[in-house]
Amino acid sequence: MSTPILEMKNITKEFPGVKALNNVSFRVAQGEIHCLVGENGAGKSTLMKVLSGVYPYGTYSGDILLGGAVQRYRGIRDSEHAGVAIIYQELALIPELTVYENIFLGNEIRNGPLVNWNETIKRAGEMLDKVRLKVNPAAKIKDLGVGKQQLVEIAKALSRDIKLLILDEPTAALNEDDSANLLNLLRELRENGVTCILISHKLKEVIEIADSVTVLRDGQTICTLDAHKGEVFEGALIKHMVGREIDNIYPKREHKEPGEVVLEVRGWNAYDPGLGRTILRDVSMYVRRGEIVGVAGLMGSGRTELAMSIFGNPLGYQIKGELLMKGKPQTFREPQDAIRAGVAYVTEDRKGNGLILIQDVKENITLANLHAIAHRGVIDSNAEIKIANEYKVSLNIKTPSVEQRVSNLSGGNQQKVCLGKWLFVKPDLLILDEPTRGIDVGAKFEIYTLMNRLVDQGMSIIMISSELPEVLGMSDRVYIVSSGRITGELPIAEATPEKVMRLATN
Amino acid sequence: MFFQNLQKVLRQNIREYGMYIALFVIMLIFAITTKGTFVSARNLSNLLNQTGYIAVLAVGMTLVIVVRHIDLSVGFLAGFIGAVAAIALAKWGMPVYVVIPLVLVIGAIAGLITAFPVAQLGIPSFVASLAGWLIYRGFLQLVTAGTGTIIIADKAFNAIGNDFIPDIPIKILPNMHFLTLLVGVAAIVLFVLSEISRRQKQEVYSFEVLPKDIFILKLIFISALVGAITWVLSSYNGISWTVVIMLAVVGIYHFITTQTVLGRHIYAVGGNPDAAELSGISVKRIIYVVFGSMGMLSALSGILFASRLQSATTTAGTLFELDAIAAAYVGGVSAAGGVGRVAGSIIGALVMTSLTSGMNLMNVDISYQYIVRGAVLAAAVIFDVATRRASK
Repeated sequence: MSTPILEMKNITKEFPGVKALNNVSFRVAQGEIHCLVGENGAGKSTLMKVLSGVYPYGTYSGDILLGGAVQRYRGIRDSEHAGVAIIYQELALIPELTVYENIFLGNEIRNGPLVNWNETIKRAGEMLDKVRLKVNPAAKIKDLGVGKQQLVEIAKALSRDIKLLILDEPTAALNEDDSANLLNLLRELRENGVTCILISHKLKEVIEIADSVTVLRDGQTICTLDAHKGEVFEGALIKHMVGREIDNIYPKREHKEPGEVVLEVRGWNAYDPGLGRTILRDVSMYVRRGEIVGVAGLMGSGRTELAMSIFGNPLGYQIKGELLMKGKPQTFREPQDAIRAGVAYVTEDRKGNGLILIQDVKENITLANLHAIAHRGVIDSNAEIKIANEYKVSLNIKTPSVEQRVSNLSGGNQQKVCLGKWLFVKPDLLILDEPTRGIDVGAKFEIYTLMNRLVDQGMSIIMISSELPEVLGMSDRVYIVSSGRITGELPIAEATPEKVMRLATN
Repeated sequence: MFFQNLQKVLRQNIREYGMYIALFVIMLIFAITTKGTFVSARNLSNLLNQTGYIAVLAVGMTLVIVVRHIDLSVGFLAGFIGAVAAIALAKWGMPVYVVIPLVLVIGAIAGLITAFPVAQLGIPSFVASLAGWLIYRGFLQLVTAGTGTIIIADKAFNAIGNDFIPDIPIKILPNMHFLTLLVGVAAIVLFVLSEISRRQKQEVYSFEVLPKDIFILKLIFISALVGAITWVLSSYNGISWTVVIMLAVVGIYHFITTQTVLGRHIYAVGGNPDAAELSGISVKRIIYVVFGSMGMLSALSGILFASRLQSATTTAGTLFELDAIAAAYVGGVSAAGGVGRVAGSIIGALVMTSLTSGMNLMNVDISYQYIVRGAVLAAAVIFDVATRRASK
């Protein structure tokens, strides 16, 4: 192996209660395309945030060497200065500005205090040639498709003197053609000596393009594989990615014969007018009484969009398809309709759209069903406290009192407040979106136990999760989602991690 | 022990008590600089009457800001509706008991019209209500163009802004307004009893309560304050109708915001609109309700102002919206949404009118008055943000 351009040695990064990175070492050779793979939560993004200075020097332990020199970034500016360019999944372009303005944003070509627009436009054209993008440099970013925007981002990165180009899931939002284009471009850049780190969930493209692959799992480096020695193939990658044993953190439940169908969607399509693309294609699925249906899929596969589109469509997608609740066709115009019909949705983003952080535990728990504790619109505050205390006890929410603000609770307890809120609605169907994201093992176990108790009582649960062991440990049946389609349905007995991962990376 | 408790409670609740302290300090300063004129019965009575039309606007504005919006149109809407009321009374000869409900409904409709582009199209309320500001200003000038000032002769209507509640014919204390004293005593008794029962309930559920000595201090302090105000007012003409209306508005809105499903939904939308929507609350509906109520209160403000002047003028309502917004912010509402009490906005309104009234008594030049009021507003908001950050 040639000399490493980048070496990260024994990086450890802790968050309160969690070791996100545990003694990770990572070497990238000059001029190669190095892929970084792992499940969601394996630590890939954290590692890249350490590398790009989002987590500044001193907040982690270990060393970063770029071209042999130790780096101590105090912020993103420092890493950019040193020649590290990172392109995130959510593009950092300004839609209302033109292509050339975006390319040189923050790096303007100046004539004294003024911007030299002539030179800017000329140089922007050269950059666009480099990335093989044929657009008018004066076009506005918002008028370009996602694929082209991605190329503009790369052009922007190349306009600086970079040593290392990092792409985080660049093809997640792209269609086949755009993806192929991008991969070709990366190959060309490799010819020209650019070193590239690619984070990807799509194993096919990893196999296609990587010189070497590093697998992360649970915040640790599992191995680095060399493609030129034939070590990179699907089986090996999947084995290393999911290699953890599914131990007894999943409480046992007797798989009973499920009851009648509670919710079914047929030929379900959703188009997002904001993004301008179809996000769900021809999805058909059903849930029966008393079963836990797992929905496995990687980030950006359309899992959350599926849940949102069923739950009253608050984001305003254009939907085609049939939705049946207990056999009757239904249209949910807003979440209120879905709640009335007996559906509850626990969001994946409890801080963003799950909880009202500035309000207290009891106000959050009763929010979705206030009329149950009100007479003629006036809230019975005694009843409210009683209900909140019941959920505090039954869900074991650790809080000094139900008058505590939820922003002061830990992640696990916040999640329990979310669950309490939706259980108080007394739903027939509970949709859980990443129910255990960012919470500790103890609270996870409690949530799993609760789920089992609920289905025993006859509730139905759809559990969306990117944690494969969780899906396999808890579900009766699994749907796999990829690129907005259902790519498979497996009864739990047939669902192996390898099979599911293969369908999810399809 | 007592002082330690006091210090701790003050530090923890500095944001909530800050405005009361500010009001107290401002009144104290003016009492000294005007050699007592400021706290004279006559001036305090006047002060409360002047606060009325800003206070009702501030109540509505508090809710508008709680749901993360703003309404700039309320000042000229109040002026315009005052003029409509004047015309209805003076030119169309409509009776006062028809005119008042009618203009309140017109106000509510005007509020809903402002809400429409905001709720349906996502237009920023700043822009939508700025348009309203211009339009109602035009309307006001249009309807007063022919005659200029429209004089209102209706006695009942003018009583709202100028008269006092009648006394009952029992004279125990000479020269005192007895009914006012009675109301004051009743208010104190009700307040003390409700505070005690609330505290008992909280203790049953083992919620955090104030230390006992501080709790008693708080009861004594507020009772004394209410008592003093009542005493001063009853030694003059008693409680005015404006104060009655103001207290009624605060009472009703306080009840709605703290006790009802609607109130909870409003604060939920302000705290996190996405979470509220996903919890089955229609954010659009809440926006209509809040702006509708704002419009209705603008009409009420217009009635109070026109009644006080016994006429409608071409400049009625000028800058009311800014006073109301300032009052709401001084009263502790947060621009980040979801935080702010109706009762606080009344204190804010009192702070702002006290400044005007006190500086008028001191013969301070109007230009300096604006500067001082601006500085107080800025100080209030900085204080709010700083204490909010410290409590995180």
